[in-house]
Formats: sequence, C-alpha cells, structure tokens
Amino acid sequence: MKIIQVFVDNINFIGAVALFLIGLRTVVTKKNLIKRIMGLNIMGTSIFLFLVAIGNVTGGVPPILSGEEGVTYINPIPSVLILTGIVVVVSITVYSLSLTVKIYEMYGTINQDELTNLIREDDLHD
Amino acid sequence: MKKHLLNVLFLILFGILVYSIIEMPTMQTVDAPSYNEVTEYYIENAVNETGSVNFISAILADYRGFDTLGETIVLFTSVIAVASVLRTVKKKEEEEA
Amino acid sequence: MEDRIVKSITRMVIPFIQLYGVFIILHGHITPGGGFSGGTLIGTSLILYTLVFGLPTAKKKFSHRMSQIAESGGIIVYVGIGLVGLFISGQFLTNINAGFPLGEPGELLSGGMIPLLMIAIGIKVASTMVSLFHLLIEGDLDEDHPGIR
Repeated sequence: MKIIQVFVDNINFIGAVALFLIGLRTVVTKKNLIKRIMGLNIMGTSIFLFLVAIGNVTGGVPPILSGEEGVTYINPIPSVLILTGIVVVVSITVYSLSLTVKIYEMYGTINQDELTNLIREDDLHD
Repeated sequence: MKKHLLNVLFLILFGILVYSIIEMPTMQTVDAPSYNEVTEYYIENAVNETGSVNFISAILADYRGFDTLGETIVLFTSVIAVASVLRTVKKKEEEEA
Repeated sequence: MEDRIVKSITRMVIPFIQLYGVFIILHGHITPGGGFSGGTLIGTSLILYTLVFGLPTAKKKFSHRMSQIAESGGIIVYVGIGLVGLFISGQFLTNINAGFPLGEPGELLSGGMIPLLMIAIGIKVASTMVSLFHLLIEGDLDEDHPGIR
C-alpha cells in the first residue's frame, strides 16, 4: 500500500501532468483548428496548477499577515509568477482565434485536411 | 493501427512523467527547496518596508514592480496585434467602393 | 436578446458586479485580489451588457475612443508614478525612498503607491477584455446581419 500512499500525497502534480498530456493529445490528434487552440490553453493551465502545487505548505495559512504567532505562511512567490503566465496564455489564445477568423473568411473551412488541399491548389495556380 | 500506437505512446509518456514525480525531493513542507532565504526575507520585511499587509501585493507592486510593467505592455501589445489583424476589412470595402 | 426577464435582471445585477470589482481593486493591499482580478470582474460585467443588449447599444457605452484613452492612460499613469520616484530619489519605481506616505498597516490608506498602481492596472485590464471581445464580434456586422440579436 505504499504505492497508493505516494500517489495520494502527490495527487496535485500527477493531475497537472495528466492535464498536460490531455492538452497535448488534443493538439496532435484533432483536425479542427479551434479544438487545437483550446488544447494549447489546457496545456498552459496545467502548468499553473503545477506552480501552485509547488508553493503549497501542508498546514499553512494564506499569505496575509495575521496577528497570531508561530504560523507558517505558504510560499507567495509562485503565485506571483502565475500572473505573468496567465497574461501570456490569454494573449496567445486571443491572437490565434483572430487568425482563425481570417482563415475562415478566406477559405471557408477550418478543417485541417481540407485547408491543406485548398492551400496546395492555391499555390499551384499562382 | 496508428491510433493505437499513439495511445500506447502517450501511456508510456505518462508513466515516465509519474516516475519522475515520485523521484522529486520532499515537497509541500517547510523543507522544500523552493522555500529559501528570498521567501523568508519577503515574509519578514514586507510590512515594515512596504506598509501593506498582503504579501503577494507587496511582491507584485513593490519588490517586483518592473515585471508588472512588462505585463501591462504585453496586454497592450495583444490588443494592438488583434486590432491590426481584424480591423482592415472596412478599409478594403471603402477602397473598392 | 429579446427576452424581457433577462434584460430586466441584467439591468439590476450589473451595478453590483461593478461595485464588487471596484471593492476588490481598492482593497488590493489588505485582502487577496488586486488589480488583475478586479479588472477582470469589471470587464466581465461589460461583456454581459454586450451579450444581452446587442453590439450597437454597447458601442455607445464603450466606444473605440474610450478604449484608446483607457489603454494608453493605464500605462502612462504607471510610468508616471515610476518617474516620480526617479526624480525625487535616484531609483525608478520605489515606494519608501520616494516619500510616498506609508501609514498604518491594515488601514485603507496605507501602502504608499500600491493602491495607485492597482487602480491603473484595473482600468487597463477591464478595457483590454472589452476591446478584445468587441473586436472578435465586429466582423459579423453588415447590412444583412445587424449585430447580435
């Protein structure tokens, strides 16, 4: 039963790894462009979960000054790094979605296979 | 056939990453490698030097305020990038008319 | 939307959402929160207004001109506060060396320049969210499809 004890202790990190692999499989396997952009977003979110789980202390209180003595605060530095990460992920998602809007206006489809054929015909006609 | 190969590959990757998580040093206690002198300095001296009770706001706006300036520049750039891609439709229609 | 219940309830709920967002921005140095989360709340309330009442009505409340002023104003205020620190002492973006009044820890008027920075960040993030939403929706408008209905 030591294996189950180790599994339950590190459940946050294993969940972050599982989310990362789910996002990676979505980017690699699906053919719709919007689903692949959402897969990138899921991969970014899994890294935030990993960072928060690193900063945790078992039995700690939130990092606001409380009047009591002898309390251990959780590590506040990973929470600050996450704000930078969130802004970067949001910027990438929004820009990719706007490029998808322009692709749909120009080619009429957002399926990867049909887009490959249409772009190849476009290059042949040029 | 290709799909089954891909699933087996992802399961092997999951196994390798879970093994590397088990081999990590002691986490989630005060003895973790990330709970070092920088964190203890911030926790001890934030109220005296900044005057704010919230440690995270003190780190964000005072000790590492330059990074937050970079954040706001990234948000500004993203709005300009999206506007430059999506706002040229009306100009083209006016030029054609 | 043309539903009467949704419109009347949205008209009642949006001021409370904005009040809560302003509370979280201003208390950034006392309670968890700060500029980014409060700005997201205010931006979400304006997105709710756009979804319920349609895009032409929402553009009168928040036009492109106002978005330009809010975006540029946020960064100019932030850099201005940093330059105040540069002129008084020799360092950019300092709190205690530039003479900002620190006050009692735990009160509302404390923390030096931290609440001012939080207000600038909050305005900027709210304006970013609403501008991005309006830009992504706008391409649907022409004579045949007059906006979200």
